[in-house]
Amino acid sequence: MILTSLEVDAKAFEVRTGWALKPEGACKGDTCVPLPQNTAQSGKLDARMISERLGMPLIHDAETNVWCLGPEAMGHALTAAKAAELELPDWHGKPFRLSSLRGQKVLIVTWSSW
Amino acid sequence: MVALDVDPKAARVWIDQIRPNHPSLIDPAHRADELFGVINVPNGIWIDEDGTIVRPAEQAFPERQTAPDWQKLADSPDIPEQLRETLQLAKHIKIQPKEYTAALRDWVANGSKSKFALSAEEVIRRSGPRGKAEAEAAAQFELGQYLWANNRPDLAPRHWREAHRLQPDNWTYKRQAWSLADPFQGQSDLYDSCWVKDVKKIGAENYYPPLDLTPAHRARPC
Repeated sequence: MILTSLEVDAKAFEVRTGWALKPEGACKGDTCVPLPQNTAQSGKLDARMISERLGMPLIHDAETNVWCLGPEAMGHALTAAKAAELELPDWHGKPFRLSSLRGQKVLIVTWSSW
Repeated sequence: MVALDVDPKAARVWIDQIRPNHPSLIDPAHRADELFGVINVPNGIWIDEDGTIVRPAEQAFPERQTAPDWQKLADSPDIPEQLRETLQLAKHIKIQPKEYTAALRDWVANGSKSKFALSAEEVIRRSGPRGKAEAEAAAQFELGQYLWANNRPDLAPRHWREAHRLQPDNWTYKRQAWSLADPFQGQSDLYDSCWVKDVKKIGAENYYPPLDLTPAHRARPC
């Protein structure tokens, strides 16, 4: 998740990472990680705190002053079997959400031009 | 279909020719790697009607009427030496299109009763490692892609080099970066590695991990 400041909007964080902010902490699937009190209510997250609590690497490009918060390092690429939301532009440039296919079987196949 | 291409135009050249009627998406930041553990192309992920992954990322080749004759292509006169070496290695790559499509058809027909649909625990277990190194590789790749797409392409290679070092078995990070330096993904001044060198290092036969089609029914209540 690209950041231009260390203050992260909680809703954007949830949409991007699948970690939902609840009274008990940050939750994904059956996993909940406690966060400091009132974090869920504030609507803002400190990137350094969330990096430490969820094991997400926070890296910085000093020349441009841009950060990137990586995915959680919890042992496996998937933390939960529930598919995370994936929103990407389709080939016409229109946003497409993976969740719009709910109710159908889905096969995602990756490819590339290279 | 999800195209892992930092340059959407490069993917559209191909998509425009096919004009698919299924969703055909473009993923410049390789988010599929981060979200689903994709490490190469083609990789496939199965998701059921409830939005639950029942098979994580794995090689996903379609069946073809005729397989490419890599040796014949490599023997073509006047092809660049780098490409010749690539084609000679390609013939040793092991893929399993028949097994994959048979398993896929079984799942389409039988859903959760398919022996190839995995339990949630098994999906997570098979989804590939994500320790500190792999997580940071994802962040380094994304930051490089952001800089590349936002008028600082000169700063991208240092982050992509880090991604390559941290997760050497992620071929989408490596091939993406190499292809921007050289269309044949050969040796360049920007990277210490290239496709031929790295594939030789692991052995072409190990380029795609073999499919694990061991029947693994979902856990059922007793």
